[in-house]
Amino acid sequence: MTTVFYISSLVAILSTVMVITRYQPIHALLYLVVSFLAVAMIFLSLGAPFVAALEVIIYAGAIMVLFIFVVMMLNLDKETAAQERIWLQPRVWIGPSLLTLLLLAGMVVLLLRGQRTTMRIATVDARQVALSLYGGYIIAVELAGFLLMAGIVGAAHIGKHRTESMHRYLRKDEEQQKEIHAAS
Amino acid sequence: MRSNKKKYMPPVNSHTVLVVAAILFALGLCGVLTRKNVLFILISIEIMLNAAGLAFVAAGAKWRQPDGQAMFLFILAMAAAEVSVGLALVMQIYHQHKTMDVGDLNKLKDE
Amino acid sequence: MNELAFIPALPLLGFLVLSLGGRSLSRNAVACVGAGSVCIAAGLTITLCVQYLQGGNAARVDEWVAWRWFASGPLAVPVGFRVDALSLVFMFIITFVGALIHLYSTAFMRDDRGYARFFACMNLFVCAMLILVMAGNLVLLYLGWEGVGLCSYLLIGFWYETPANCAAANKAFLITRIGDTALLIGMFLLFRELGTFDIAGILQASPGHFAAASPIITAIALLFLAGGMGKSAQLPLQTWLPDAMAGPSPVSALIHAATMVTAGVYLIARMHVLFQLSPAAMTVTALIGALTLLVAGCSAMVQTDIKRILAYSTISQLGYMFLALGVGAWSAAIFHFFTHAFFKALLFLAAGAVIEALHHEHNVFRMGGLRHRLPIVYWTFLAGAASLAALPLVTAGFFSKDQILGYALSAEDGNAVLWLSGIAGALITAFYSTRLILVVFWGEAKTPVTRVPGRWITVPLIILAFFSITAGFLEWPRDLLDVQLFSGLLRGVLPATTTRYQGEGGAQLTAVIATLAGIFTGFQLYYRRPALLQRWRRGRLTAAGRQFLLDGWKFDVVYDRFIVRPFVYLTRVNRSDLFDSLYGALVRAMQEGNRQLSRTQNGSLRWYAVGVLVGMLYIIALLL
Repeated sequence: MTTVFYISSLVAILSTVMVITRYQPIHALLYLVVSFLAVAMIFLSLGAPFVAALEVIIYAGAIMVLFIFVVMMLNLDKETAAQERIWLQPRVWIGPSLLTLLLLAGMVVLLLRGQRTTMRIATVDARQVALSLYGGYIIAVELAGFLLMAGIVGAAHIGKHRTESMHRYLRKDEEQQKEIHAAS
Repeated sequence: MRSNKKKYMPPVNSHTVLVVAAILFALGLCGVLTRKNVLFILISIEIMLNAAGLAFVAAGAKWRQPDGQAMFLFILAMAAAEVSVGLALVMQIYHQHKTMDVGDLNKLKDE
Repeated sequence: MNELAFIPALPLLGFLVLSLGGRSLSRNAVACVGAGSVCIAAGLTITLCVQYLQGGNAARVDEWVAWRWFASGPLAVPVGFRVDALSLVFMFIITFVGALIHLYSTAFMRDDRGYARFFACMNLFVCAMLILVMAGNLVLLYLGWEGVGLCSYLLIGFWYETPANCAAANKAFLITRIGDTALLIGMFLLFRELGTFDIAGILQASPGHFAAASPIITAIALLFLAGGMGKSAQLPLQTWLPDAMAGPSPVSALIHAATMVTAGVYLIARMHVLFQLSPAAMTVTALIGALTLLVAGCSAMVQTDIKRILAYSTISQLGYMFLALGVGAWSAAIFHFFTHAFFKALLFLAAGAVIEALHHEHNVFRMGGLRHRLPIVYWTFLAGAASLAALPLVTAGFFSKDQILGYALSAEDGNAVLWLSGIAGALITAFYSTRLILVVFWGEAKTPVTRVPGRWITVPLIILAFFSITAGFLEWPRDLLDVQLFSGLLRGVLPATTTRYQGEGGAQLTAVIATLAGIFTGFQLYYRRPALLQRWRRGRLTAAGRQFLLDGWKFDVVYDRFIVRPFVYLTRVNRSDLFDSLYGALVRAMQEGNRQLSRTQNGSLRWYAVGVLVGMLYIIALLL
């Protein structure tokens, strides 16, 4: 299991690096799928089959597909790649890399302070997770339901095709202004 | 006869997993800061969320409890909701401002 | 309530009636109330005078306390009146001359829109001046002091639509204010030393309390002198009086000739004990008087505005009074005040009649030949001018001025320098009086007479002319006639003047010669040989000298350059108030900070993300 863990973490890190450096959105998304699959393998090696499956089904399955749909609808292909090529000069990477390296260093130092324990892997299967969810965390499950509902409604409303961009109150004001001008 | 030489792999310990999660998080953060395209920023945010979830699952696995996985489920739900709303916003931005550059969307600046 | 109360109360009542209801009264009603109140007060005063004279008690004092004004700890100040012979002399002049001036004004101011306002202010003035001279304590005296200052301001600026008049009123008020402040400080010092404001108490306690010529009593006396200098227009505070001629002629007659300007003389005479304790203050008083009379006399010689000539003349005569006070000739100073009030009021009223008759012509060189056109005015003016010049034996001015000159030489504190300046002053006075008569009334007419004054104007002039001539007969020089009614009246109040030697003959003769010489010079220059004057006017040095004297010895210029301008500059510099600019700087700093911090809100998403990251780094650094 340790071998699986090391290999999949390496794959995850490498593919994540590829994700953030691609020009084409589709390439980045595909590499992201690979990263998610690798993370699912990490979950497996840690003895968490349920979330491994969840990762593949929902994250790599639904969410990434959503991204791909949007990329398709917005028709982001050659021009986007050209634009990204222009935007992503090497010197753009300097600042953020520095800052993130600092953050990483800080986090790692903090993390390594804790107790180093060897993880004895034991499988925590779906049944245990389900009992825990609908046992102690039932309220959180309901809240997650609310959240998803809000997400659906929000996405539906925001995503509606509208020809003009003005809020209806502003629209009323503009109509009044037009009337005043017409009268005077 | 097979050689009994087992490759010595250092056992997985809690620090290792958390460091992996930290590296993934930092990479996602780097992506957020560097990219100008809104879509790529959203993608990087997904990377960061995923890394956080990995940390939770690792913590849960350390204690052999299902709580880490339950938390991952909630993170997942949140990520799904956020992605749907976020992508709807991206589509509206594209339709109205005809740009994917996040630098052009600065109307909320202080005059 | 004894009859003392009515004397100041009647003009006060007149003021209240006229100020509150004057607009709804007819002209005649206003005249009745305004002039009538002062006339009745004059009648009451004359009754009181007769009582004093018949009683023969020189030290008689009438006291009356109206109510307790305020009391605070050891300080208790009543509204208390205390009338003795000195107050009575002043009261007589104020009410009697005041009544004549009020009667004159009923005709003089008849065409003015502010008729009721005029009489209201005049009545208030008479009331305030009476309170001043009748006051039994210094605080009440100061009340009257301030009251006359206020009325002077109101009346100088009576025609307030003209800005120049308002400027003159301001100038008068501000300069007399300097004197008032000095007086106030002196009063406080006196209270700190003696613990009382009561005048009789002060005069009684001072010789025992203060060592003679100690610094504190000299300081107090000098402060009181400064107060008198402000009101009485002595050097260096004399610049307001010529400008105060912007007011109507009755105002100039009452306030700036007969009464308010003599308040300083009253003050010093009343507080004579303080001055006697401080020889330094006496010397300063005499010196200031001598200097003032010379400076003002010289300025009067060249003025062209008829009222300004009389104004400088007033300053000069007040200088004589101060000179007399300074050498210790107390009753002589009061006697000169007495006669001066008559003839100076007469001169101002007659000048007003001339100005009105010539339709507001003020320049004497545009007048002339009025001898036949305005005969009554001419003869009364002549009587007044003769009295001013101290024409020997026939005018009141001679007796009083002669007394002063005599004491200037022979009194214990007198010396020859003061006497010589007095003689020079007499010569100058005679000169400009003659000049005035000759230029205004003789010669050929340059401006036609448009209005002949009526009876209400000429009758007061005649009465005043009568007194200008006969008032002097109350007090003869000792070697001519042994009549000393005036000093006899005052002997209970003012100490007799101590003299070093008795003989007066030579000094008297010199004074007479000086007067006659002045008249002769004036006659020569302005009647016989006017060509000489023309030559002088053209000569560069003499023309410059004439201009210097015309400007009042450039006092106004000096004050403007060294006092007014720096002060105005300071106020302009301080217009941006220090604390205000401090707060303004605070506001500006806040605004600048806001502007700088607003630049962080630039709407750029990635900057915000960097901000969050930096915050996280900071927290991690804290945890490390």
